[in-house]
Amino acid sequence: MGKVSAAIDQGGFNFDLCRRNEMLMSKSGFKPPTYRKTGTTIVGLVFQDGIILGADTRATEGPIVADKNCEKIHYMAPNIYCCGAGTAADTEAVTYMVSSQLQLHRHATGRESRVVTAFTLLKTHLFGYQGHVSAALVLGGVDITGPHLHTIYPHGSTDTLPYVTMGSGSLAAMAMFESNYKKGLSRDEGIKLVCKAICAGIFNDLGSGSNVDVCVITKGKTDYLRNYQLPNPRTYVSSKGYSLQGVKLRFCQLGLSR
Amino acid sequence: MDTNAPHSMGTTIIGVTYNGGVVLGADSRTSTGMYVANRASDKITQLTDNVYLCRSGSAADSQVVSDYVRHFLYQHTIQLGQPATVKVAANLIRLLSYSNKNMLETGLIVGGWDKYEGGKIYSVPLGGTILEQPFAIGGSGSSYLYGFFDQAWKDGMTKDEAEKLVVKAVSLAIARDGASGGVIRTVIINSDGVTRNFYPGDTLPLWHDELEPCGSLLDILSSGSPEPMST
Repeated sequence: MGKVSAAIDQGGFNFDLCRRNEMLMSKSGFKPPTYRKTGTTIVGLVFQDGIILGADTRATEGPIVADKNCEKIHYMAPNIYCCGAGTAADTEAVTYMVSSQLQLHRHATGRESRVVTAFTLLKTHLFGYQGHVSAALVLGGVDITGPHLHTIYPHGSTDTLPYVTMGSGSLAAMAMFESNYKKGLSRDEGIKLVCKAICAGIFNDLGSGSNVDVCVITKGKTDYLRNYQLPNPRTYVSSKGYSLQGVKLRFCQLGLSR
Repeated sequence: MDTNAPHSMGTTIIGVTYNGGVVLGADSRTSTGMYVANRASDKITQLTDNVYLCRSGSAADSQVVSDYVRHFLYQHTIQLGQPATVKVAANLIRLLSYSNKNMLETGLIVGGWDKYEGGKIYSVPLGGTILEQPFAIGGSGSSYLYGFFDQAWKDGMTKDEAEKLVVKAVSLAIARDGASGGVIRTVIINSDGVTRNFYPGDTLPLWHDELEPCGSLLDILSSGSPEPMST
């Protein structure tokens, strides 16, 4: 009892577990758990009325698919959405944190949030953590000053471009954009191009897969099209259904289990 | 390809004084390892109406430093009641670079015009030194330009001569440095104001062993539907 209170009284950080981790790794050959990464293909483009964001839906833990239908397009504000690649926990946490900061700001100012606000909050946070918060983001939205599309990298650097791709499937997706993008695309052309780019990532990158999520943001209206395309149906589903410990389950033929 | 590698701007940046002002020039490539993350970036950022900054090194570090200095200069301008001088801007950059030298990786060239000294170029390389020079070069592509400038630089050039020199120099560096590429951007600052120019690849001369572009995307895209591949 006396020993425990002495440790608490000392104050500061307690690094005992670090020593234990090092010992486990060197002596027992124990490997630390791999982070759940989103592998990912995420894209964004500017079209004539606003912004279209796209993402695949596979989340990986090393070589295993941890989630076949995760959501990578995160809500920031009614008019601002953010796609996230990198460590799933980091992208979720950082987008949720900035989203709540934006909400408080909206209450304080009484105005619609601006993309540049989210942009500055995200870039400042990521720069401060010097790349250790492994979140690569595609931030897009339409506010009073017009449509905006930005990429934010884990080290805090940013780019502002008419079309962007991020994640392990970014090269495949960028190939689609570079050959087919033009200024002033219509809504349908834009969605088609985004789907093409995400599908390029899904089929050619091992870290990306499953379905295509699309989010169309225009002035005054946002359409979050969850599972807009499902190009990877389950090839075989038993018509008798599957039973697990007495519970009978039936899977629909097109949807993925959740 | 390591998508988590920090973004560096491989880069070629140049700042040149001429009779009446300065010309700043840069390429437009930002790389993550071997992938070009942004092929059309703008590395010449504005600090005040009359002072601009060429950035090289880590993209994140140089963006943050330029944001801080822009803010300090804005405050300084309000308190001073007149436009900030190029020397003050360069020294603010130097103060941040030097005191954070262990954590930052930036090579910066500050250029501008003020009514006291006219056109001035200051170089603030990796350690945070400040050097006032009639011309300055920086970035990975600058290695290929030291000899070129020794031969081609002369004092008292006109605005057009200076800009032509900058464009030629960046174009030569792009030809030889893998980490530089894209388009060439220039900014001319003098007593009349600021002029931004843009030179895409097809306007630049071809150097030794370079061939005429054939079947480039610029032609395919403008003609409507993509042509089928030909052998």
